[in-house]
Amino acid sequence: MNLINKELLKKLCLAFGPSGNEDEVRDIIIDEIKNKADDYYVDKVGNVIAFKKGAKTPGKKRLFAAHMDEVGYMVTSVDGEGYLKIKPVGGIENAVVLGKQATVGEKRLTAVFGGKPIHLLNGDEARNSRSNIYLDIGVRKKEEEKKDENNKNNNKEEKKEEQKPVEIGEFAVFKSEYSEFGQNKVKSKAIDDRFGCYILLEMINAELAFDSWFAFTICEEIGLRGAKTAAHIVQAERAVIFEATAAGDIYNKKDEFDTKNKNKVCELGGGAVISLMDARTIYNKELINLALETAKNKNIKAQIKQAPTGGNDAGAIHQAGKGAETLAVSLPTRYIHSPSCVADYGDMEECLKLALELEKVI
Amino acid sequence: MVDILKKLTNAVSVSGAEEDVSNVIRELIKDCADEIKNDALGNLIAVKKSGKADAKKIMMAAHMDEIGFMVNFIEDSGFIKTAPVGGINWTAVAYGEVLFRSGLKGVIVPEGKTWPNEYNSAKMYIDIGAKDKADAETKVKIGDTCTIAPKVVELMNNRIAAAKLDDKIACVVLIQALLEMKNVKPAHDLYFVFTVQEEVGLRGARTAAQGIMPDYSIAVDVTGTGDTPECYPMASKVGSGAAIKIMDSSVICHKDMINLMMKTAAEKNIAYQSEILTGGGTDTAVMQSAGLGSIAGAISIPSRYIHSGVELCSMDDVRACVDLLKASLDKIMQGAI
Repeated sequence: MNLINKELLKKLCLAFGPSGNEDEVRDIIIDEIKNKADDYYVDKVGNVIAFKKGAKTPGKKRLFAAHMDEVGYMVTSVDGEGYLKIKPVGGIENAVVLGKQATVGEKRLTAVFGGKPIHLLNGDEARNSRSNIYLDIGVRKKEEEKKDENNKNNNKEEKKEEQKPVEIGEFAVFKSEYSEFGQNKVKSKAIDDRFGCYILLEMINAELAFDSWFAFTICEEIGLRGAKTAAHIVQAERAVIFEATAAGDIYNKKDEFDTKNKNKVCELGGGAVISLMDARTIYNKELINLALETAKNKNIKAQIKQAPTGGNDAGAIHQAGKGAETLAVSLPTRYIHSPSCVADYGDMEECLKLALELEKVI
Repeated sequence: MVDILKKLTNAVSVSGAEEDVSNVIRELIKDCADEIKNDALGNLIAVKKSGKADAKKIMMAAHMDEIGFMVNFIEDSGFIKTAPVGGINWTAVAYGEVLFRSGLKGVIVPEGKTWPNEYNSAKMYIDIGAKDKADAETKVKIGDTCTIAPKVVELMNNRIAAAKLDDKIACVVLIQALLEMKNVKPAHDLYFVFTVQEEVGLRGARTAAQGIMPDYSIAVDVTGTGDTPECYPMASKVGSGAAIKIMDSSVICHKDMINLMMKTAAEKNIAYQSEILTGGGTDTAVMQSAGLGSIAGAISIPSRYIHSGVELCSMDDVRACVDLLKASLDKIMQGAI
C-alpha cells in the first residue's frame, strides 16, 4: 500500500522553479488548492498563502510551511558563440553538475554543463571543484553569419537587434528524469523541497482537526527570504516546516561503507527526520517531544537528525514578529542539491502519516 | 549580588533550553513587576507599567542563555559526542567538568593523539563514566544539554572569576535593579527582558523587541577589557566602572543615549568608562532595529577571559552598572532624550 500520490509528486519535482522564478510551481499549487483551501492568495513577493478551516479553532495559530524553489543557476553572460556563463542560485557543488543536463530560460532550452576537459587541467585544478563551468546550448554561429555581423557593425544604420536564444538573467535548473529504482526508491531533481510542498497539498486536501495556515514559500535556498514575509503576514504562534534533509548513510569518514556511521545525519528507511537544532534554529522542545510521542503512539517511523547542519525556513519563521514555536519534519534524501536526489517511498509515507497525525495534536 | 549570581549559574541554561534559569529568575523578581510572562521563544519579560495610555516603552535586555553543548551521538563505548551551542573555546573547556540539566556530571576531553590546536567538536567527547551505550542511555539522550560546571571564585579587590559570567552577571544587574525599584511606579512602561538564544544569534531579543516595539532600549552584557598581557588594545578596564558601549560588531549605539549615560554617570558620581568591542555582538543591535527602531545603547560589565570558564569582573563595576542603569532610566523617563 502506498499513500503517496506519485503523479503529483513527479509533476512538482519536474516543474521549473529556481529561487526567484517559481511561477511554474506556484501555478501547479494554485491549481491543486483552488477548490480545496477556504482561502488563498499570492503575496507581494510570490509566496502562496492558504487557509483551510478545521473542525475547531486551535488555541495557538499554526502555520505549515515548505519552499517552492529549487537550487539552480543564473546566466551571467552570453558568449557570441552561444556559451553561457553561469552563477549558482543556492548552494551547489560545481563538481556535481559536469556533464549533466540543464533546462534554460523562458524557452526551456536543453543545455549541457561543460567545463575544461581533464587533459587540459593541471593537477590543482583537477583536484579542486570546478569554478569555470558553463552551459552549452549547442548553438554556434556559422562563418557566414559572423561575416554578416561584421558588416552590420560597420554600417550603423543597419544595426538590428540580435535575437539571442538566451538572455542574461535567465535561469537554469537541472534537467533529469523522475525515475523509480531499487527497493522503493525514487531519483529526481528538486525533491528538496517539492516533497514538502506535496505534504502541504495532502494536508489541504484532508479533513483537518483545526484551522490551519499554509505557506508555500519562495527563495528559501538563497536565504529563507520568502518565509520571512510569509511569517510576518500569518503571525502564527506555532509552525511546522516540511523539508528534505541530507542523508549521509553510505560512507563513513574513513571511506568505508557504513550505513550506521556517526556522521550520517539521518538514514533512508529510518522514517521522518525530526531536527533538534541546525545552523539557523534551535527547535521547540515541546513540539519535538510531541512529534516523537505521536510517532511512537501511531507506529510511525521517526528518527532524530544527528547533526546540527543545514537550515530551513524555520530559521526565519521562528524569529518573525513575536516569534513562533517551530518544528521541522524532513525526508531523508541522498545527494541533495544535485540532479539525482534519492529518497525512499517508505520514508515519504512516514512523513505524510506524521504530518496528518501532528495536525490533530499541534 | 554574588549570591544571586551563584543561583543563576547553578542552573544549566544552554541556548534553546533556558527554562530552568527562567524559573529561578521568575522566583527572584516575582513581587517586583506588574506582569511577568514568557513569550513563544521563552524570553522572560517583566513589565512595570506606568498606567499611562501614551506611555513610552523602555526595554532592557540581559540574556539568560549560555554557551554549552548538545548531545549529538552516543558511541557504542558509552562516550558522548556533542554539537557546540554558541561560540565554544575548545582549549578552555578541555579536561573540564560538565553539568547536565538533569544533574548528571561528566568530563569533556579530547581524543588521543590530538594537539590543543586541533581541539574541536569532532575531536572532543564527554565521559560520564558509562560502561557502554546502553548504560549511558539510562542517564542521557540525544538533545540533552550541558555546560561547564558552575563555579564562582572570590578574588582580591571585590573581583570574582566565574564560569558562565556571560551573561548571568548582566541578569544580576537587571534583577538587582528590579529589586531596588520594587516599590517604584515608573513614569513610563519599563520592560525588563531576560532574553534567550543570544549566543546563537541574538534570536530571543529579536522576537522580544518585535513584540514590545520599544522607543528606548538598553542592553546589559559583558564586554572585553584591554588590561591583560598581550591583549588586543581596548580602553575598558576591570575596576574602572560601568562601561558605556559606543559600538560593537553588531551595533553603533545612539549618541544621545551614550551622552545621556555619560552625563548621568558624571552627575551622580558613578564610576564609568567607554567601551568599543570589535569582536562580538549583543542584543543591543536587534532592539535598535526592531519595528520602527529605538534609541539604543548598552551598559556593559568589563570582563576578562570571556567564554573561558574563569570569566573575571569586579563586583564594584557591577554595582556601578546597577546605579547607572537606574539613574539613566530616571533621566529617560524625565524626557531627557
